[in-house]
Amino acid sequence: MTNVGSELLQVSALAVSFRKGGEWRSVVRDVNFSVSAGETVAIVGESGSGKSVTSLALTRLLPQDMTKVSGRALFRGQNLFDLTEQQMEKIRGDRISMIFQEPMTSLNPVMTIGAQIAEAIRVHRKVSRAEARAEALAMMDRVRIPSAKSRFDEFPHQFSGGMRQRVMIAAALACKPDLLIADEPTTALDVTIQAQVIELIKELQAETGMGVIFITHDMGVVAEVADRTLVMYHGDVIETGTTAQIFNDPAKTYTRALLAAVPKLGSMNDAAAPVPYPTFNLTTGEMTPPQDRPDTLRPEEPPLLEVEGAIKRFDQRSPVLKRVVSRVHAVENVSLKLRRGETLSIVGESGCGKSTTGRVITGLYDYQSGSVKLNGRELRTIAPAQRAREIQMVFQDPYASLNPRLRVGDAITEPLRIHGLATREEERRIAASLLERVGLKADMVDRFPYEFSGGQRQRICVARALVLKPSVIVADEAVSALDVTMKTQVVNLMLDLQQEMGLGFVFISHDMAVVERISHTVAVMYLGEIVEYGPRAAIFGNPTHPYTQRLLSAVPVPDPARRGLRNAPPVLELNSPIRPRDYKPPVREYRAISPGHFIQVPGPEWS
Amino acid sequence: MKHIFSSPSAILLTILVVGALLAPVLPLHDPLAMDISGRFAGPSASHWFGQDEYGRDVFARLVFALRSAILISGSAAVLSAIIGTAIGVAAGYVRGLSEAFAMRVMDIILCFPPLLLAMLAATLYGAGPQTLVPVLALVFVPSFTRVAHASVMTVRTMDYVDAVRLMGAPTSHILWRTILPGIAGPLFVQFSFVVAMSVVLESGLSYLGLGVLPPEPSLGMMVGAARATFLDEPWLLIAPCLLLTVVIILLNAFCDHLRHLLDPRRSTGN
Repeated sequence: MTNVGSELLQVSALAVSFRKGGEWRSVVRDVNFSVSAGETVAIVGESGSGKSVTSLALTRLLPQDMTKVSGRALFRGQNLFDLTEQQMEKIRGDRISMIFQEPMTSLNPVMTIGAQIAEAIRVHRKVSRAEARAEALAMMDRVRIPSAKSRFDEFPHQFSGGMRQRVMIAAALACKPDLLIADEPTTALDVTIQAQVIELIKELQAETGMGVIFITHDMGVVAEVADRTLVMYHGDVIETGTTAQIFNDPAKTYTRALLAAVPKLGSMNDAAAPVPYPTFNLTTGEMTPPQDRPDTLRPEEPPLLEVEGAIKRFDQRSPVLKRVVSRVHAVENVSLKLRRGETLSIVGESGCGKSTTGRVITGLYDYQSGSVKLNGRELRTIAPAQRAREIQMVFQDPYASLNPRLRVGDAITEPLRIHGLATREEERRIAASLLERVGLKADMVDRFPYEFSGGQRQRICVARALVLKPSVIVADEAVSALDVTMKTQVVNLMLDLQQEMGLGFVFISHDMAVVERISHTVAVMYLGEIVEYGPRAAIFGNPTHPYTQRLLSAVPVPDPARRGLRNAPPVLELNSPIRPRDYKPPVREYRAISPGHFIQVPGPEWS
Repeated sequence: MKHIFSSPSAILLTILVVGALLAPVLPLHDPLAMDISGRFAGPSASHWFGQDEYGRDVFARLVFALRSAILISGSAAVLSAIIGTAIGVAAGYVRGLSEAFAMRVMDIILCFPPLLLAMLAATLYGAGPQTLVPVLALVFVPSFTRVAHASVMTVRTMDYVDAVRLMGAPTSHILWRTILPGIAGPLFVQFSFVVAMSVVLESGLSYLGLGVLPPEPSLGMMVGAARATFLDEPWLLIAPCLLLTVVIILLNAFCDHLRHLLDPRRSTGN
């Protein structure tokens, strides 16, 4: 725990309304909380709960003609809502700083990293260019950007996501603010990077004694950082208390539902098969525990999918002569097997080749060598129309995976139309029944995708994937972009469908907790190669490869009492799978740990 | 629910276009019939907008001029839209060498000032609509190619295109049913923009005597003829200019309206 000092910010009766059309719509109501120096307050909630609006209201960043803010926000005794815009500009970025979710879009792509940090200093301090530069360099060191000096003049696109977020933090903290507002700062990051960023914010807080408002939807992160927690739901603060209270004795059903959906690694140790999440009735507060269900895995039947030594490399060519200068070894000698009724999860950090593997399996990318057999036949020899009936995919971004111009009914039945499999009436009937199957209403067929939330869109995508009755569905980060309760619903839906239809899932994800819930088998990928492969219980219970251990240790522990008992993994930039043209991949050996559980014998880079 | 006539620009534009296209069957004066005794006569009950230097009816000439402007710019825009979009979509979807080739050819066309290109063609092949339409079309092909190419590049990376590919759809389905509707919005906007541009260019060329041949009326030529008598009869100059301005403003307003209509995220209620 950090030392909690004097009161920094006192928010009382904060309310925000937005103007839509001619009406005022209340989006945040009666928010009261305070932040002391050295304290971290978390605001938790789903998208649309008003948590980000609250923070934007405090910093007065909401468009003034479209919003009405009332209440008081005393910052060091001064009401922020009474200040003129000029006075507010002096405070914003200097005394109160913010970091945002998207490290890709919150940095200016045409300014060097160093210049952006220095700019933050020069806006608020009268210092010379050289002094600002020196200070910016010191900040880069403080946020532990390796070899800060040589990277000072690089541009944002040369930095990885985690490193960009460090740059954002450096710019935000350059003026040593009293209060830091962090809006989902780790949501877009890999778990290992997330652990490092959280660790970094905690360290910097201990050094400077600043107060932190941490906005997130991830209860695991809350347990990790927050002294006190506010739970928001549809614009209201429904529960508030110390983090330990909230976790040990949640008063509201919604909070309990949030907590039930939280990753608890090791909570599945005694279950062999995947287990759905418990469901909550938000009006009555009742919890329905998951029912016992037979295992869907049919090991005796012929496998649905067999991948043997698949290789996919992307050539990188020189700009003028178009010669191959290097190659991205995205998928390097990968072998997998998916049996009927099985969920095989592929996990790893971004850039490890898991998505490329998914695209190779579905035939979106061709593979250079090795073999991919779908239902016993080589994938390349299957005509696209036939392949479509055997394997389908659900994509990560529910906003990009539905054609915005197609009504959802037409989107779901598009495969039938392509292959001329149904009349117009049959199509409508099929669309309606599939919509009901995935938990939506049959009369929604005539709506357009923009009328649906992310979770609903993802269900529509699942319905579309089911329409040709495939035997395999590849889900590429299918629940990663969803809110916690949506995530549990989609996962439960997938498990139900597996139960009903004996589907095989290839579940690609970086979210270890969901993976633990949903999988029979887990493959861990690192730089295009599988480093560990085995039954779920073996991977989570006895992670053997150093990379798997590192990955698992980075998952936040949703137990405030156990905070600080583990160390964040050391800061490493993920090595790059880009290799020179003449690179010969080393011959890897695999070692069996237990039946079905293999690891790649760690090379010298792991010692 | 919004529809295409929910904007005044669409209604006014339709009236103008339909009126101009129906000019031959409307009870108008003959735009070519001269009436020397009525030279420079002011507006009257039978000649609403007065008569020009040969005593021809200004109103009828305006309507017929607008008709030829619309026919020429419209067909040039349609022609360039078809060619330009086809090249742009192919280049954006197929990529590779053909893309580089197509886009560089477009760059070369863009290097020529449109007016010079038209003058060259008129000198070589003679002035008149049969030269004007292909020249205008050629001038505007690159704008469609670029818009189509850029939009295809964005749309083709969307997951829903991959989803359609996974459904086993043939390339023709992907191009016609998935990608083309996705890029229709910017293309329609470009289309109305190109129509406006070619109306301006057409009158410019006619003003120089390279477009519509006299005695057929054209806005540019009317401006050119009225120049000499501007001080005495300003109305003869102002009338075609005003019509030109109104048409361009309406086209631009219609562009915006169209873009709004074609945005799938538009709200249906308010």
